[in-house]
Amino acid sequence: MTIQLEQHIDPELIPILEEVHDPEIPVLSILDMGVVRTAKVLDNIVKVTITPTYSGCPAMDVIGDDIVHAFEKVNIKAEVSLVLAPAWTTDWITPRGRKALERYGIAAPLEAEADKEVLLGGKRIVKCPQCSSPNTKVISQFGSTACKALFQCDDCLEPFDYFKCLK
Amino acid sequence: MFLIKANFTMKNENKVQYIFGIADNALILGQRLSELCGHGPNLETDIAMTNMALDLLGQTRSYYQYAAQLTEGEKTEDDIAFLRTERQYKNVLLVEQPNRHFGYVITRQFFYDVFHLLFLRELENSTDSTLAAIAKKGIKEVSYHQRFSSDWMKRLGDGTKESHEKVQEAVDDLWRFTDELFHMTADDTLAVEHHIGIDVKTLKDRYYQIVSEILEEATLKVPETKWFQKGGKQGIHSEHMGYLLSDLQYMQRTYPNMKW
Ligand SMILES: [Zn+2]
Repeated sequence: MTIQLEQHIDPELIPILEEVHDPEIPVLSILDMGVVRTAKVLDNIVKVTITPTYSGCPAMDVIGDDIVHAFEKVNIKAEVSLVLAPAWTTDWITPRGRKALERYGIAAPLEAEADKEVLLGGKRIVKCPQCSSPNTKVISQFGSTACKALFQCDDCLEPFDYFKCLK
Repeated sequence: MFLIKANFTMKNENKVQYIFGIADNALILGQRLSELCGHGPNLETDIAMTNMALDLLGQTRSYYQYAAQLTEGEKTEDDIAFLRTERQYKNVLLVEQPNRHFGYVITRQFFYDVFHLLFLRELENSTDSTLAAIAKKGIKEVSYHQRFSSDWMKRLGDGTKESHEKVQEAVDDLWRFTDELFHMTADDTLAVEHHIGIDVKTLKDRYYQIVSEILEEATLKVPETKWFQKGGKQGIHSEHMGYLLSDLQYMQRTYPNMKW
């Protein structure tokens, strides 16, 4: 558990890392999720550091194993360690990642202030990922996983997850 | 320019104890919330409380992993979580109180969340970079917890006659455990001297101010009693702790060294 200020990923490792997905949101690669902080080759071993989205995120252990397996498939040894600082923020989800979330039926995080307002039920601006209506309301500040809140659309009546802003 | 620098560092064993004083609160409250998995009053609240449990257990793991490192291989994070005896847990009495009814659970959560957030906002400035990093990450999560519990305090307090009565009774009952949050142990004092830890006494006024504001908004009375109970921080727990631990430790005690 260390601190790592800069993100650095060797370009040649990107195609392999792109194969690894968040087990809870399978449409999202861990690169688009922004959890990979560094990946580099040192003495023929790939060293990867990842940062947890939430402290108790159970996906992190799985992601670690999946990274090792992805490199194993191409006969490369990889080691994965966890870094805590700087803490992950939803800003690190790439634009491509946000699009993937929306297509998958999860509303992408808003900016911090707007996020607070919608979660307190004050504003209706989260767009329904099914029908794009902004006529949606919060059902629960906690959804199917710690990083999401549960919403419902008042136009198409579908429930959906909203990825909470974390900054 | 002359730099004043502490030329002595905090002994690992004291630091480990200081970490227990923080992390055990998260573990025990997390355990209490996990007991509610599948028993929440409705699906959304059930999920919310188990998610908060998950956050707290995640924070606990980060602290315990760090403490385990400081023991230099003598202990693992699992040893710390599962193999200590009751007296070795340093959590406050508040968090070990049982889940009586939903209003009680929410009040316990609310009383702890307000403290927890104030505490982490200080700990994030610790000169110990690992503790500061764990705190920074925790702040984001605990902000949601406090929002959730404060929101429910208002809904229950300003809700029906029954919900109001039940939550007021919980406030009156749990109030006596709030003062302990601001007691300094010997390890707390050492940690403050080394610029690692927080002087919790300094959080007290702000705490009661925030709590009182929300209770008033919830149309609840702020208790006036000056009688408070303490002991958890010294490892002297209420009768509920033994039952909680037997549940928590059962698997590891029954099947020693088992792993997931
Ligand atoms: Zn819709």
